[in-house]
Amino acid sequence: MSLIQVDGLSVRYGARTALSDVSLRIEPNEIVTIVGPNGSGKTSLLRAIIGAVKPLAGRIVQASDLKIGYVPQKLHIDDALPITVSRFLKLPGGVAVADVDYALTQAGVPELEKEQLSQLSGGQFQRVLLARALIGKPDLLLLDEATQGLDQRGSASFYQQIETVRQATGCAVLMISHELHVVMSASDRVICLNGHVCCEGAPALVASAPEYRALFGTGTGGALALYRHEHAHDHGDHCHNHSEGAE
Amino acid sequence: MFDDFMVRAALAGIGVAFASAPLGCFVVWRRMAYFGDATAHAAILGVALSLAFSMSIFVGTVVVALLMALIVSVLAGKGYAMDTLLGVLAHSALAFGLVAVSFLSGIRIDLMAYLFGDILAVSRGDLSVIWGGAALVVALIGWRWSALLTSTLNEDLAYASGINPKREQLVLTIALAITVAVAIKVVGVLLIAAMLIIPAAAARPLSRTPEGMAIAAGLIGMLSTIIGLRAAYVLDTPAGPSIVCVAAITFLTTSVLKGLRRQS
Repeated sequence: MSLIQVDGLSVRYGARTALSDVSLRIEPNEIVTIVGPNGSGKTSLLRAIIGAVKPLAGRIVQASDLKIGYVPQKLHIDDALPITVSRFLKLPGGVAVADVDYALTQAGVPELEKEQLSQLSGGQFQRVLLARALIGKPDLLLLDEATQGLDQRGSASFYQQIETVRQATGCAVLMISHELHVVMSASDRVICLNGHVCCEGAPALVASAPEYRALFGTGTGGALALYRHEHAHDHGDHCHNHSEGAE
Repeated sequence: MFDDFMVRAALAGIGVAFASAPLGCFVVWRRMAYFGDATAHAAILGVALSLAFSMSIFVGTVVVALLMALIVSVLAGKGYAMDTLLGVLAHSALAFGLVAVSFLSGIRIDLMAYLFGDILAVSRGDLSVIWGGAALVVALIGWRWSALLTSTLNEDLAYASGINPKREQLVLTIALAITVAVAIKVVGVLLIAAMLIIPAAAARPLSRTPEGMAIAAGLIGMLSTIIGLRAAYVLDTPAGPSIVCVAAITFLTTSVLKGLRRQS
């Protein structure tokens, strides 16, 4: 049975449609990556799955007893709030000390337990967020651009950690990433999103799909093309012509 | 012991410090300082309405403060900037309150007592209202502590943990309204925000955990009350402002100490 089944999901903020008629499934133990231009509704999709936004239409069915670990896009910890890493991991409660040790080790940063959250470097902080997501021993890990602000080495080692975590715990991973070269090698499946699902499938299949190329260009596995695309903000002709409101 | 007005004043101030400490920490962490200010200003309208309808002042201020918070959260969803909204509502509520007070013929009220508080005139009845309200606020925040803390760190993390951050925001709003209502008599409308924010800010350099900061803020608030009252007695200065001055000096001291420790 699928861990998560999304059927005909539409999300709207005021007059702006973020997602229209999106359907997808996540199976146990697979790594699925969502790619898409800015404003294509990637974050909205994850926020709908955790229940932070109410869908306008459609439904999201979770497997019974599904445990989700969520790593948000960015998190600013105000220096006014003193809190140690281990206290942060124990929130909102019911977490044993052994679980904190386990999660930090899984995330590759067992030494940070006593540090103040606001004093961590960008890379350390992302690892701590990953540890927080892992602490409930999730069946599904949701990562929203978890490597934002990390350099190439930092993000490569972060994704390696994700792969290690999957092998160790058998959880499925649904992630958003801008780094197509990482995505293409590490994912079992890629979903190309632009307000709706443009195309999906194995990484190689998606990379050669005309819909994908229309969004991200051709050549270089899409990595450089994506970069150009992000800054141009001119999405030109789309893979489908029913993409109004996605911009 | 309750016959001595100085003892009653000290107990009243300590009660307010007790409620303000955990609440003030959240106000500082969530950058809600102006929200506390606005709630306090709106309370003057509550005082006027209470007198007009001969209700208890506590009930009137709580109701108006809650109404204001509700209006703010509804309008904030409609695209107004938060600080603009609070500025509009706080000062119009204060102005309407002052105008409404002027219509109350027959009743002569000492407006200064509500703007600046009159801690030396606290009665036994006031004391039970203050301590009842303070206990309610501390119990409410203690009960929701972990959920509030999670929502304060990040709303999406809260949702992912099955917590509704909007509900937690409501809890804080209610606690704020109650605190303002009980603190009016002690420090007055204009200085309530000071009792919320200054002890919490002064406690920050001394703390490594959220709980530690709340406890330190409580101790600083209580000490400020006792020292401030004593100073007011000796120097013949107004009591409420003297308490706030002591808290401000404490803030300065802990900040400087932190700066020195960083350098060494």
